[in-house]
Amino acid sequence: MPDALPLLIAIALPFAGAVAAGLLPTHARNAAAWLAGGVALLGLAMVWAAYPTVSAGGVLRFTAGWMPSLGLDFSLRMDGFAWLFAGLVFGVGVLVVVYARYYMAAEDPVPRFFAFLLAFMGSMTGVVLSGNLVQLAFFWELTSLFSFLLIGYWHHTAAARDGARMALTVTATGGLCLFAGVLILGHIVGSYDLDAVLTAGDRIRAHSLYLPALVLILLGALTKSAQFPFHFWLPHAMAAPTPVSAYLHSATLVKAGIFLMARLWPVLAGTEAWFWIVGSAGLATLLLGAYIAIFQHDLKGLLAYSTISHLGLITLLLGLNSELAMVAAIFHVINHATFKASLFMAAGIIDHETGTRDIRRLSGLNRFMPFTARLALIAAGAMAGVPLLNGFLSKEMFFAEALSAKDPLPVFFDVLPVAAMVASAFSVAYSLRFIHGTFFGPDPVDLPHKPHEPPAWMRFPVEVLVLACIVIGILPAATVGPYLDMAARAALGAATPEYSLAVWHGFNLPLVMSMAAFAAGLILYRLLQSHLAKGIEGPPLIRSLEGRRMFERTMVFLSWRLARTAEGVLGTRRLQPQLRLVVVAAVLAAGWTVWTRGVGPGNLVPSGIDPVLALIWLLGAACALGAAWQAKFHRLAALILLGGTGLVVCVTFVWFSAPDLALTQLLVEVVTTILLLLGLRWLPKRMDIHGSRGSEAVTLTRRLRDLGIATAAGAGMAGLAFGVMTRFPPELLARHFLELAYSEGGGTNVVNVILVDFRGFDTMGEIAVLGVVAMTAYALLRRFRPASDSVDVPEQQRDQSAFDASRPDRKDGDTVADWLFIPSLIARLLFPVILLVALFLLLRGHDLPGGGFAAGLTVAIAMILQYMFGGTQWVEARLRVLPMRWMGIGLLLAAGTGLGAWMFDRPFLTSYFAYSQIPVLGKVPVASALLFDIGVFALVVGATILILIALARQSLRGHRAAAPRPPEVPAVPEPVATAVGDD
Amino acid sequence: MELILSLGIGVLTGSGVWLLLRPRTFQVIVGLSLLSYAVNLFIFSTGGLRTGAAPILEGGRAGTLAMHADPVPQALVLTAIVIGFATTALFLVLLLAARGLTGTDHVDGKESGR
Repeated sequence: MPDALPLLIAIALPFAGAVAAGLLPTHARNAAAWLAGGVALLGLAMVWAAYPTVSAGGVLRFTAGWMPSLGLDFSLRMDGFAWLFAGLVFGVGVLVVVYARYYMAAEDPVPRFFAFLLAFMGSMTGVVLSGNLVQLAFFWELTSLFSFLLIGYWHHTAAARDGARMALTVTATGGLCLFAGVLILGHIVGSYDLDAVLTAGDRIRAHSLYLPALVLILLGALTKSAQFPFHFWLPHAMAAPTPVSAYLHSATLVKAGIFLMARLWPVLAGTEAWFWIVGSAGLATLLLGAYIAIFQHDLKGLLAYSTISHLGLITLLLGLNSELAMVAAIFHVINHATFKASLFMAAGIIDHETGTRDIRRLSGLNRFMPFTARLALIAAGAMAGVPLLNGFLSKEMFFAEALSAKDPLPVFFDVLPVAAMVASAFSVAYSLRFIHGTFFGPDPVDLPHKPHEPPAWMRFPVEVLVLACIVIGILPAATVGPYLDMAARAALGAATPEYSLAVWHGFNLPLVMSMAAFAAGLILYRLLQSHLAKGIEGPPLIRSLEGRRMFERTMVFLSWRLARTAEGVLGTRRLQPQLRLVVVAAVLAAGWTVWTRGVGPGNLVPSGIDPVLALIWLLGAACALGAAWQAKFHRLAALILLGGTGLVVCVTFVWFSAPDLALTQLLVEVVTTILLLLGLRWLPKRMDIHGSRGSEAVTLTRRLRDLGIATAAGAGMAGLAFGVMTRFPPELLARHFLELAYSEGGGTNVVNVILVDFRGFDTMGEIAVLGVVAMTAYALLRRFRPASDSVDVPEQQRDQSAFDASRPDRKDGDTVADWLFIPSLIARLLFPVILLVALFLLLRGHDLPGGGFAAGLTVAIAMILQYMFGGTQWVEARLRVLPMRWMGIGLLLAAGTGLGAWMFDRPFLTSYFAYSQIPVLGKVPVASALLFDIGVFALVVGATILILIALARQSLRGHRAAAPRPPEVPAVPEPVATAVGDD
Repeated sequence: MELILSLGIGVLTGSGVWLLLRPRTFQVIVGLSLLSYAVNLFIFSTGGLRTGAAPILEGGRAGTLAMHADPVPQALVLTAIVIGFATTALFLVLLLAARGLTGTDHVDGKESGR
């Protein structure tokens, strides 16, 4: 597919360039500009390379599998219409890059700017070249994201941050709506492919889901193109650097909405719903934008509202359901891009060379920058629709359409020509204001800089664009004619109407309307002089209608008030009600199922009751109840009872054929008990709670209620367990694992084979969790500050120390050392023995009860025994335990074993095994699973020791914490904000 | 046997839930431990209660369900036991940190006003 190469380059190059620009040094302004300019030029060349095919009516395509299971392809598609937009994206892109090179200050991190700009360019190309609607929605959201980054480029100013956030909120919300709409459209058509969608217009319009799809897609398009009532984000986006405004708000971002509406025009337009939604949004925006623009004092603000108004004009044309209007809309897209980009750049030049954009302060600049003044004059003339400039042509077409539009509501069409004239008069007025207020009148006073002409290359892009305005305006058919024709044919197909691109159509009604609008605009500007001179902010009559305030109120309501109210009504910060709710919900849900489905004991005959196990469980139940009874005031007793229950559970595992579980449970029981014992020291002593505790009756009621819940939960679980146990267990995986454990896993201990082989990936996840938990616990303990009443050395230790201190022949700590002399000796002697046991458990784990978990816990116990009897300082003087390293090695081993399988072209964690003959030991199984198990082992050792030791060491830290600490080192001061640009 | 074990699970659950609803952190941690015993036993019991049928194959022959207990619930519970230890540890550390910061061992970080 050599055809597709230009498309691929055009879409991939900007993103690659963005990454490259992002990697440049912070102040590599020239390098970044060359890079960005080169990318944009190359992109333009690619677009141009596609011209021969596209102009012949052909379509360039590139398709690659993306999610074949969902019928989604990554698909690029360029027809004449997409070609025109791609040309705008890259063509204006080149000019903006040149301009930005001179506009951006040397102190700004310019490579970052160009990185964002290129990424935005790529996203925009993605939107116009997407041959698949889901993909289009994806690039659509990317444009929102990168426009957010570009608008917020000077993120040290609040206006940029707020503007960027608002733009993102509005356009990304619209993007989500668009996505939903596209999904509905895909559902109707049965394909997301643009070609398929474009040929299914009748089916779509007749479908019952047409209206929801239309509304959702239009929400996306209208928010992006800043149409009323979503227009308010655009003026605030003017906080962006001016090159961004010139690019995003003239030729690209805001045109994405227009592009989408025009692209889907053949399938969505033609209905009353389309006419009413699109037409009225366009009309309202056209008038409102033009009206507000007159009263803006900021040059960029004026241009922003003028942009809104012109976008409204295009939207209105699209909404008229007429093919000719569609052609006019496409034509105006081109014209608007040329004159508005040049005006934004001119405004930026004025700002750059004078230091202000406020029309109230500017005047008479014609004398200081005559060349720029003439360029701006021509561009503004095009904006106002002066004959022999391109704006005039599309405006005439608009007038003609406004006059000839018909159905569905005649009254509306009497209004339309009048509205068109009024808006046109407004645009004459604000164009006059832009030129007259800035360049004419007396010399400016008190400007931040002395005004002068900009560097020639900064003016160059403006010159190119203004030249385009003039050439198109004088010779439309010869210049823009073929491209417009190509785009219109691609968008409309066979329905493309006849139209004429001549400058002179004779003395007709649109011309009269134009002249009337000029006169009205001139008079209006004259009349408004005194009002404008007062310099009041905001337009008269509708000053209170401020989108920004409504937006902010909505945001505050949604994110603050509603959330707070909902939290107040539905939430609580107290744990007990929440837990109670969870338990009650669980009990009720289970009860509901039993009630509706009916569950009783199963059909298996329960086996006879063994008196020994019955007695053991009598003990276990008593321990559990005792623990529940005593946990409040007698923690040690509760802990011992808890251990008793754990042992009963352990015996149960042994009883019912689960030796591995019993082993692990026993070891965990030991470790948990030590852990909780270490924690006991930091818990408060029994104290009488001050403050009101409520009456006895309230407490009693609460306890009875909880007792009821607990009894219900317990009874439910007992019933459930009995029901489950008296049914024949489903085989599911059991048979499979039992059969394959030896032949494929190479081990006879099926549980271990499952853990390290069949479900090795699960186990890897679990050891990762273990590691994360251990490090979290460690991190929490590093910042640990004991409560004030637990800081003191415990009573017993004080007595011992006092005893030691009173005898001259004793050192501090001798008493406790004496007491623990024999246990510590035993522990020391047992240390290697326990390690050997651990090794034994580890090595035999694949075939007999044991394995990495059990072995790891055993080693941890061996270590902690030394700590308990020898004391922290004694152990650490002799033994360096590096738990973090153990954990790291463990994870690496486990993951490495898994990755090793890749080297043999097997899936992750495929295991290998064989039996090899080793002298003396005999036949020994060698399985890669053993390596994995060693990883598990190492991680368990590390994690367990890390937690236990961190906790044990707190008794040393606790005393240090009580001692007065040196004053905190003052925080590093924040870096000084980089120099502010002048926009 | 089934009756004993299910009653045992019931008692463990009841005690665990009772403690879960108490206001002191230590009570909650003991409650969670009891509850995890109950849940582990329950999951374990879904494979059926078998005596003398450990899922250890003999002499390298493929095993059958007639001779061996279901190994899947056992594998599930084995990791659950270890993870249970980890969460207990994390919770203990959290409660100690909370106690250090707030000066109380109430689950809400402050004594209830009631």
